[in-house]
Order: sequence, then C-alpha cells, then structure tokens
Amino acid sequence: MTPDLMEAGSRARAAMVERQALVEAAGGRVAARQQLLRLNEPDFGQGVALYLDDITVSFDGFKALNALTMTINVGELRCIIGPNGAGKTTMMDVITGKTRPDAGKAFFGSTIDLLRLRENDIVQAGIGRKFQKPTVFEQLTVFENLELALKADRSVRASALFRLNGPQADRIGEVLTLIHLKDSAQRTAGLLSHGQKQWLEIGMLLMQDPKLLLLDEPVAGMTDEETERTAELFLTLEGSHSLMVVEHDMKFIGELTEGKPNKKVTVLHEGSVLAEGTLAEVQANEKVVEVYLGR
Amino acid sequence: MSAVLPTPAVLPQRGILSARSWTAVFAALVVVVVLVPVLNLVVPASSAFHMSDYLVQLVAKIMCYAMCALAMDLIWGYTGILSLGHGLFFALGGYMMGMYLMRQIGSDGQYRMPMPDFMVFLNWKEFPWHWAVSDSFIAQMLLVVLVPGLLAFVFGYFAFRSRIKGVYFSIITQALTYAAMLLFFRNETGFGGNNGFTDFKRILDQPIATPGMRMTLFVITGCTLIGMFVFARWLVGTKYGRVLQAIRDAESRVMFTGYNPVAYKLSIWTLSAVMCGIAGALYVPQVGIINPSEMSPAASIEIAIWAAVGGRGTLIGPIVGAFFVNGAKSWFTQAFPEVWLYFLGALFIAVTLFLPQGIVGLFRKLRGKGGEERA
Repeated sequence: MTPDLMEAGSRARAAMVERQALVEAAGGRVAARQQLLRLNEPDFGQGVALYLDDITVSFDGFKALNALTMTINVGELRCIIGPNGAGKTTMMDVITGKTRPDAGKAFFGSTIDLLRLRENDIVQAGIGRKFQKPTVFEQLTVFENLELALKADRSVRASALFRLNGPQADRIGEVLTLIHLKDSAQRTAGLLSHGQKQWLEIGMLLMQDPKLLLLDEPVAGMTDEETERTAELFLTLEGSHSLMVVEHDMKFIGELTEGKPNKKVTVLHEGSVLAEGTLAEVQANEKVVEVYLGR
Repeated sequence: MSAVLPTPAVLPQRGILSARSWTAVFAALVVVVVLVPVLNLVVPASSAFHMSDYLVQLVAKIMCYAMCALAMDLIWGYTGILSLGHGLFFALGGYMMGMYLMRQIGSDGQYRMPMPDFMVFLNWKEFPWHWAVSDSFIAQMLLVVLVPGLLAFVFGYFAFRSRIKGVYFSIITQALTYAAMLLFFRNETGFGGNNGFTDFKRILDQPIATPGMRMTLFVITGCTLIGMFVFARWLVGTKYGRVLQAIRDAESRVMFTGYNPVAYKLSIWTLSAVMCGIAGALYVPQVGIINPSEMSPAASIEIAIWAAVGGRGTLIGPIVGAFFVNGAKSWFTQAFPEVWLYFLGALFIAVTLFLPQGIVGLFRKLRGKGGEERA
C-alpha cells in the first residue's frame, strides 16, 4: 500500500469513527436522514447495492482489473460473462476483501466502504460469496454446515455457548428443503455429489441472509436438471436480494434472463467492462463476438 | 418459500459424551482415585497384584504426556494447525513449578545456603527479578498458566494475524522452542543452565519423596487428565468446536461465512498451550527434574507423534497414543535397548502407511464403523 493510500485510509477511518460516534450519541437515530441508521448496515436509500469505481488491480505489472467501473442496483440479478482471465474472480476478490486494489473505490450501499473492511466484516455487512470450486466443510454434516452459516453472533464466546433454538432450526429446515438436501441432512458434506455441494454452498449463503450474493460459476458440474432448478432458485431470490452471477454457461444465462428482455448482462474483457446491455444486445455486439462468443 | 418444519430426525442429538463413554470416564476415575492407590499402598509388595512405585511413577509421567497429546489434538487434529513447539509450553509450565520447588529446598541444598545451589555456584548474592514471587505456591501456580498462555497468545496473535499457515507455522514454532532451549541453556538466564532444576525436597512444606505424596500427585494428575478430556470433549461438541473443524477443512469458507478465524485460532492455540503448561507443572514434581532438553525440537515432535499414532481428531486417540508409544518405549528400552529406535522408526512408517487414522481409527474400522460414519 502506498503512503498516500494509507493516509487516505486513515482519513476515511477517522471520518467513519466520527460518524459512528454521532449515530451512537443520537441513540441510533440521525434526524437529518429521517431514518434509523444501524452501524455496519448498508444504506440502500440510493437504490444502489454495489458501486465499483475505477478499480485497478495489478499483479506484477499485469493488470487483472483495469479501471473497472460497475453499478449493481438493489434487487437486480446481474449476469457477468467474459473469457478466461477477464478479471471476473479478481473482481469478486476485491468486493469480498480478499484482494486489495491499487486504486479505486468500492461501496456496498451508499455508506459501507468495502476497501476498509476485513473479509469477515464484509460478510457480516451482508455480502455472501460462492466460490468457483464448491467449498463446504467436508468433515461436518450438511446440517452442521448450514448451522455454522446461520446468522448469529460470530464471536468465540457466543459460539462456545451457542444453542440452536426453534426458529433457527426451522430456518435450517427451510433452506434444506430449498436446496433439496433434506434427506441428506445428517450426511457428511464430503460425501455429496459435486452438484449437491454447489447447492449446499448456495444454501450456506442463504443462511447468512445476505443482501448481495456473489456467485462464481454456480452451475459448474451440475446436471441439466440441477442447472434448471438453480436458475429457478435464483429467480425467486431476485428482487429481495441483489445477485451477481458469473457464468460461462450461456444456456444458464439464457434461463436467468428469459422473459425479461431488459435485464442487463455485463461482458468483462482484460479487466474492464467491454459491453453492457441485454443478452441479445451483447450477443450482437461485434467486439464481444470477437473476444468471446465467436472464438 | 413455504416454511417447512424440520422433522425431529434432522436435529442431531448432542451431549458431551454418550452414556457408554460416561461409564468409561467414571471407570477411569475409579481406577485413578481408588484402584491404583489401593494396589500401590495397601496391597503388600509380595502380592502379585501389587503395583510398584516405578509403575506408578511411569503411569503418572505418561498421563502428563497424554495431556500434551490431548492439547495437540485440539490444535492439530481439530483445527489443522500443526505445532512443533508444544514442548516449550510444557517445559515452561514445568519450570514455573520447578522454581517453587527449588525455593522449597531452603537451606538443605549441597551448599547449605538459603539460595538454590546453582545460584550459589554462580556466586549470585540475590535472586534475579523473575524469581521475585517464586516462594509463593499460589503465585507460581498462576504463572504455570500465565507464562505459557501469554507467550502463546503473543506469538499466536502475530502469526495468525499475518496469516502464517501450514508448514511455515510449524517451522516457526519449532524455531521458537529451539531458541528458548538455547536461552535456557545459558546460566545467565537464571534457570539453572543445562542442569535445570532437580533434587527437590518438599512441596507445600511436605516431603516430596514419600509414598503418600507420590500417590497424591498421581491422583491429582489422573483427575486433571480426565477433567481435561471431558472439557475438550465438551468444547469440540459446541459450535465453537465445529468452527475449528471448519477452519481445518476450508479456512477461506469460514472467513466468507463471517467468522474471524484469527480469534478462533488464537483462543484454541492459547488454551492448548495452557494445557501443556499444566501438564509440565504436574510432571516436574513426580519426575524430579526439569531441564532445557524438554524444549528440544525432538521433544515437541514426539508430542505430535503420540497424537498421530493414537488417531488425530478423536481426543481419546492421542491419549491412547501417548500411552502406547511411551509404554512401548519404556518396555523396549529395558528389554532391548538397542532395538528401540528401530522399533520407533518402524512404528511411524507403519502408522503412516497403514493407519492414517491411528490406533483409534483401526479399532473403528475393525468394528465396522469406518467410512460412512463420522468420528
């Protein structure tokens, strides 16, 4: 990190601390905003769920992301496509705090500066991420996997004294049904099929009740039927959640955008946005055809 | 999304231990508190059922080792962090106890002076600063917990915060214990140099070498081990314990599920170090000596070996492993002293090749419980 960036960071932090002190002093109420502000809760008043501005990430001179700018609205389901190395996964790394960009801004809602938070704080603020390779806790049962993801106090003390209560058990049961793993609840997660692991991971995201879901190739390795069901699931989440889906499978993108011709698709190429528009538009875009679809 | 209530079968049953395991724990308690004292103190030495003093001391020693193996299982078997420096925490606990025992010698040492012999030998006129509270039993017992705990906390804080993982972490812990060993070898450090502490005479003003005291220490050690086991069992059964296992299996997922792994790793690491410290403090009065060789890298690696031989991630396994390896060691070194090292080597190869789950895993397999069912 450069000294400039560090200074900017400490200024941003000082401002944040001051803001938080104000909110606390007012008992969580700030008159000017006419609304209840909670610390570390995203403010979606502007209708923007995620705002990336001019994000640049370089690894040894190679620009994985090059002045990437993108906005995702509240309740939107945004599909992102792009050839290998286009920066899709790096973008998710930046949003979730795994990679710090060299330059740029990333905001969740209009108040939370993602570049100042650690991975686990970002999750607690309400961003859930599914990895490209399904990552579940293989030695724990499906039930225990979901239990760990349950929205609850994440501190050491709270975990040691944690007891599952009725509504929480119901919530786990609900998600188990949703991801079609109810019969496998007591199976060790490592014994699930690839597609089932994908679903379990999606289920774990849902347990956290995130506002924004980042899904990196969620249907890789799934059968056609499973893919279809996943598309259905995502479409039910649309509206109540914001989703960012990175996918290679054009059929799946087709299913997600079916019947909604206005839905936007973003094409990434060499670390920046190459084209943005409806699926039909980007498929007709010559530049896109050249770098990606036409191969 | 309709609310579907989970069937009761979905809710896993959770107790610390099953009824059968509770029976086993109770049986172990009876053996330690009643059976061994009776066999050693009441049954005459001529009887075939008499338990010799040597055997009592050996079992006590191994029980201290078993505590270390148990502590190792929490950090390695459950959290996936291999420490090759647990011998350091064991030795520190031992040294804290040793300091108190040295003060208890009073003027009965070789030089008939009120200071420990090694200080007289070095011509020291007064106690160094770190011996300030060494004549207080309670203060030294607090240090038994605090010194290993604090060192582990500070070391762990920087290591885990910097996300040092895997083999790098193991190597650093190894280096840490090695550095400490070199430090403790020096006479100037004030811990008796390479001779360490020995020739203890009293504990709490009672003579230390009597059968009654030996048995008291044995019973305390046994109860501590059993207590630690039940505590560890409870701990790994909580959600906290499942987070630890989750860290072992997929740390990034833990982070992206909103947990801060540093807090979890640091807490279990510190706890594990404290358990080793307590084990060391119980070890010293029974074995009668503590010196820097306990901090040698080999001593720490051995702890990991006990855990691996017995079966990682089972809690009972490392205890079994500590008894098995050390029992075999004392039998072999008596019966065939020159073969012992070959046997040890063969044991490790055999365990690595044929028993990845250790002895406990083998038993589970034999009982047809391997594979599908989880530990």
